[in-house]
Amino acid sequence: MPAQNPPVTDPPLRFLGVHKDFQRGKDRVAALNGLDLELAAGKITGLLGPDGAGKTTLLRLAAGLLRPSSGQVLIFGQDITQQSGEHAPAIGYMPQRFGLYEDLSVQENLDLYSKLQGLDPSQAQQRQRELLQLTALGPFGSRRAGALSGGMKQKLGLACALLRTPQLLLLDEPTVGVDPIARRELWNIILGLRQEGTTVLLSTAYFDEAERCDAIVLLHQGNILQQGRPDHFTTPLQGRTFQVQHPSLRRRFLQESLQQRPGVLDARIIAGGVRVLLAKDVQPPKEQEEIWITAPPAFADAFMDLFASVPASPPAEIAASADAADQIPVNTPSRNTAGTDETEIVIQVQDLCKRFGNFTAVQNSSFAIHKGEIFGLLGGNGAGKTTTFRMLCGLLPPSAGSLLVAGVDMRKASSQARARIGYVAQKFALYGNLSVDQNLRFFAAAYGLQGKLREQRLGKARQDFQLHEYGSVNADDLPLGVKQRLALACALLHNPDILFLDEATSGVDPLTRREFWQRINSLAAQGVTVLVTTHFMDEAEYCDQLVLMSLGAILAQGSPSDLRQLAKTPENLEPSMEEAFIHLIDAHERQIRRAS
Amino acid sequence: MNLRRLGGLVQKEFLQIRRDPSAIGIAFFLPLFLLFLFGYGVSLDAHRVPIAVVVDHPTPQTSAFVGELNQSQYFQPLTLPTIHAAQQAVMNRQADGILWLRADFSRQILQGNTASIGILLNGVDANNARIVSGYLQGAWQNWLEQRALGDAAPLIIPVNAKTRIWFNPAVRSRYYLVPGLIAVIMTLIGALLTALVVAREWERGTMEALMASPVTMLEILLGKLIPYFLMGFGGLLLSVALAVWVFGVPLVGSLWLLLFCSSLFLLVALGMGLLISSVARNQFVAGQIAIIVTFLPAFILSGFIFDIQSMPAPIRLLTHIVAARYYVSILQTLFLAGNIWPIILWNSLALFLMALLFLGITLKRSHKRLD
Amino acid sequence: MPVRIWALVIKEFLAILRDKKSRFVLIGPPLIQLLVFGYAATFDLQHIPYAVYNQDSGFASRELLGYFQGSKAFRLVANLHRDGQIAPMINQEKALLVLQIGPHFTEDLLRHQPAPVQILIDGRNSNTASLALNYVNSVLLRFDQRWARDHHWGSPPAELVIRSWFNPNLLSRWFIVPGIVALLTFVVTLLVTGLSVAREREQGTFDQLLVTPLTPAEILLGKALPGVLIGALEGAFIALVAVFWFRVPFLGSFWALALGMLLFLLAAVGIGLMISSLALTQQQGLLGVFLFLVPAIILSGFATPIANMPELVQDLTYLNPMRYILVIVRGVFLEGDGMANLWSQYWPLALLALLSMVSAAWLFRHRLQ
Repeated sequence: MPAQNPPVTDPPLRFLGVHKDFQRGKDRVAALNGLDLELAAGKITGLLGPDGAGKTTLLRLAAGLLRPSSGQVLIFGQDITQQSGEHAPAIGYMPQRFGLYEDLSVQENLDLYSKLQGLDPSQAQQRQRELLQLTALGPFGSRRAGALSGGMKQKLGLACALLRTPQLLLLDEPTVGVDPIARRELWNIILGLRQEGTTVLLSTAYFDEAERCDAIVLLHQGNILQQGRPDHFTTPLQGRTFQVQHPSLRRRFLQESLQQRPGVLDARIIAGGVRVLLAKDVQPPKEQEEIWITAPPAFADAFMDLFASVPASPPAEIAASADAADQIPVNTPSRNTAGTDETEIVIQVQDLCKRFGNFTAVQNSSFAIHKGEIFGLLGGNGAGKTTTFRMLCGLLPPSAGSLLVAGVDMRKASSQARARIGYVAQKFALYGNLSVDQNLRFFAAAYGLQGKLREQRLGKARQDFQLHEYGSVNADDLPLGVKQRLALACALLHNPDILFLDEATSGVDPLTRREFWQRINSLAAQGVTVLVTTHFMDEAEYCDQLVLMSLGAILAQGSPSDLRQLAKTPENLEPSMEEAFIHLIDAHERQIRRAS
Repeated sequence: MNLRRLGGLVQKEFLQIRRDPSAIGIAFFLPLFLLFLFGYGVSLDAHRVPIAVVVDHPTPQTSAFVGELNQSQYFQPLTLPTIHAAQQAVMNRQADGILWLRADFSRQILQGNTASIGILLNGVDANNARIVSGYLQGAWQNWLEQRALGDAAPLIIPVNAKTRIWFNPAVRSRYYLVPGLIAVIMTLIGALLTALVVAREWERGTMEALMASPVTMLEILLGKLIPYFLMGFGGLLLSVALAVWVFGVPLVGSLWLLLFCSSLFLLVALGMGLLISSVARNQFVAGQIAIIVTFLPAFILSGFIFDIQSMPAPIRLLTHIVAARYYVSILQTLFLAGNIWPIILWNSLALFLMALLFLGITLKRSHKRLD
Repeated sequence: MPVRIWALVIKEFLAILRDKKSRFVLIGPPLIQLLVFGYAATFDLQHIPYAVYNQDSGFASRELLGYFQGSKAFRLVANLHRDGQIAPMINQEKALLVLQIGPHFTEDLLRHQPAPVQILIDGRNSNTASLALNYVNSVLLRFDQRWARDHHWGSPPAELVIRSWFNPNLLSRWFIVPGIVALLTFVVTLLVTGLSVAREREQGTFDQLLVTPLTPAEILLGKALPGVLIGALEGAFIALVAVFWFRVPFLGSFWALALGMLLFLLAAVGIGLMISSLALTQQQGLLGVFLFLVPAIILSGFATPIANMPELVQDLTYLNPMRYILVIVRGVFLEGDGMANLWSQYWPLALLALLSMVSAAWLFRHRLQ
């Protein structure tokens, strides 16, 4: 039992004054700046921080894949720079991109890594059986790894790293791009490993995951900003976090209003209203009709508290700077009513089907989106949300059914009709070797903007999205957050009525995500209809309406609270969106299995 | 070195090859395609050359000479009434040249003078023009010999040249193109394919996972070397079989020797491929470099088509670092001339040293690290 | 519409020129190929290594050998003294050919008897062998004429007077270098257009383009124009190098060449876009370009005459735009052709351009489904 183990003389991983820099163009860029770190044996340590903080570099150094520029990396007391390869059996490492051979089957991948780890055949067979059971990948043994869903790939990647039960397990963003169900399964595996005494170091972008760790290391610009147990982060915030409710105002508008009040460091939409983090020693800036309830601080609050010094651009700016000359037709929905029924329908989908050969990706989907709404498409990997999305944008023809976007079928739409939509693709598809300015100019011209109007819009975009300082930087070299801003700026140059966002926040750090949602909120407030797909269940709370998809079919639709209500059980009276998601999908899949 | 790990890597590579159509394409389809293209499509042997014949004043003498052309398999005479029409035919590319027997041709001969036979060739394709003029000279000598026999007149050719072309008496260009092509094919499989598959591991992130496992760099390199060596060997056997049985190229030398030398060359090609992939970590760049530094030189600077002796001195010097040069020499010798040891030994030694050099540099350059 | 297309063209240029890799693809390989082809790809033999086994001690054989020594095409590597030395000489590639002069050479000639000379040639590379034989024959011919005149053998009834048009010294560089103008233009244009759509597909920007108001026709034009422009620049550059560096004469009309190039580029761009619309990744695009290029070059008449190919293959070459542009380029450079001479090449090229463009547009729309 790990608890009875005598104190280990050497910690599993120790960084002593580690510097690491990389050559980028002519400059040397520091990724880690004299980092000292010591992991506690048998614990799960979470690595958090904004993009570019040095998380991946740290993990690669620990895995021996990089050599520190100066300083020492010790694995169980052994300097890895001295004897390369020796420590490898003790370490399991899963890179961000799984490291799977996509054209090999699940079983073949496991066989390969068993041999590489030097397991003898009988040992390998038994271990593989255990791992297949643990990851529930047993039935997929002969499927090619490339044909697995994102969550299954992660589980297989993890299984490959676990073949020779490692003493130290390094995981680089193991849950990125994974739906809530697979995420829950992955965490169960990781928690199980802790029981066996394995030390785990993982990087993550999810705050709720951070809270499940035994220790958290917060990285910022190659330095450790803070580290300790999760409660070490949250305790100082006692009394500064509140849950705010308003009887009539929509949560988005409440959030927007709260965000702008003095002393408010952060305001986030959550299941029960808006969560507010106040600065130190500030009285709650309460307004009429609002109900403020003290809430226990969470890690997310601590993170925001530490990084709030970098404020996002106030969304009011966008609305304010929209000058009269190019005002988009605004039909601001009444701020006081929660309903949207009386406004016009902008997107109408009826009995939509899409088949690829024998495979039905989307079946009989119907929904309607109203003007000025933020509409969310939720679902696990392979649920059919991206397919639905692509059909709406006119990138895929439907096999059956009808769909109207702004009154026309996008598939057959004229250029004028297409000029009414904006689109941000997954992974921010921009021209990587064109500069920010060149990208903006190109899309302006592609949308037919000319002359003075174009200059005006370009100027506005640069200002709204804070792109001035990046004008001549290639899009590829931008930090992820700026890339996302640029993609959004390009999609909004022509003031579209409808904005399509496909997984626009995946892989982006929490700060950028918060800023992103502020922009989306203010756009919706101006009457822009926004359609989003997302993996992040907390983001679903920002939407007015949701559609939950699984295996190509719509499971449920309605407002976030409607969906949460559906998952209400005697044991769980206030399910979170994530719990609701898991509950609904589990129920649906069980039903399908019973039917077949 | 651990044999189980190595076995795992080799097995993985074969599974991938089996599932990846582009690897099979490069290893088997491309060789077939190139062999058939060159075997059937390319020929430097001119035959039935269209030549405009203008006879100003037909006589028995002129028809004897023209008859010489008619009988030759090399020419396709096209009789035209005037020199003007013939010039037009050359301009319109209906004829490659003109044979012009002027009005005084027979008179000069009968008077015992030397008549002139006017030949005008389109010199744009210099090589072809030279070949055609050689054929015409042959026809002229035949005509002189026939006359000497028939009239018992003295043959006025002092030197009686007796030519023997060794190794390829019928002068078939296919006999040297097809063996030479094997060098190009081996380069494609060894260098291009190998560079691409290693770059793919970098691109897909699997190299990172490999390096984090206890595998050593030597095992990773051998894990690539062994499968693609076997692939290349398969491509070689296929090419040799096609060369001998489909294209009828004689294999005079020893098959075993051929296989041995080819193995050496394959090692060089694989070494180049691995070296390229240690520099270029994406498939696009690796492909570009492989084509420029291995494929093109194997084509042009190896003596496969163009004679190395005739190149300018700096380029001739450059050909010494083109591995295909040594291999082409071995191939053409083994196929057509036989086991000529000095040639085989020296060229094999060069290949051996190059293999050592490339594989050595690759091993030295490869670290089990990402930076 | 013109504004949008113009924006696409500028974008395309920037995307190609700002990337170090693709800039290199445009400049590096063509330059290397130009120099290597220009200098190395020649069928003109120089320094043919030969050995002599002279059994004759008379002056006639010395005179004959003097002819060989005086020729730049030949390089004497050895004087042999035994029969047994001949085979190793050729086998080991020390000499391409051996001249064996019999013991009674001078004696025979003085008796007005034809004297035999044995010529043994290495046939491993049969093209080199037959070319070398031609060189030998022409040296022998000169010796014969001289000897017959000087020693009163009488004159032969007729002799060949050979003249070559357009390329009097039969330099194969004059043939190859203009061909490279067409060849490299073709390669670069195909690479630029063949990978362009695939690159956008890989980056995900293609979807982004499709949801903008740009029509498929505009996108296609925006892709085609940069290909034509880059091809034209590349072609012009190589043509200048051909004229000023390699000193190949340029006798014909500039406009005849320009028109031919334009039609050729349109056809090449059309083919490139066809490959591009079929390829999902740059990898596939590259493979497609490669698979098309190799036979298109081999079966174009670039290095070996189309007339030597089997009938069926010859018919196939009518579909190859390289076939026509090679005639046009060489015609304009060496034969001084103007537009009037070249209509027979223009119209098939124009037809191919039209066909390939239409199929590219069709495939492009089809692939979007």
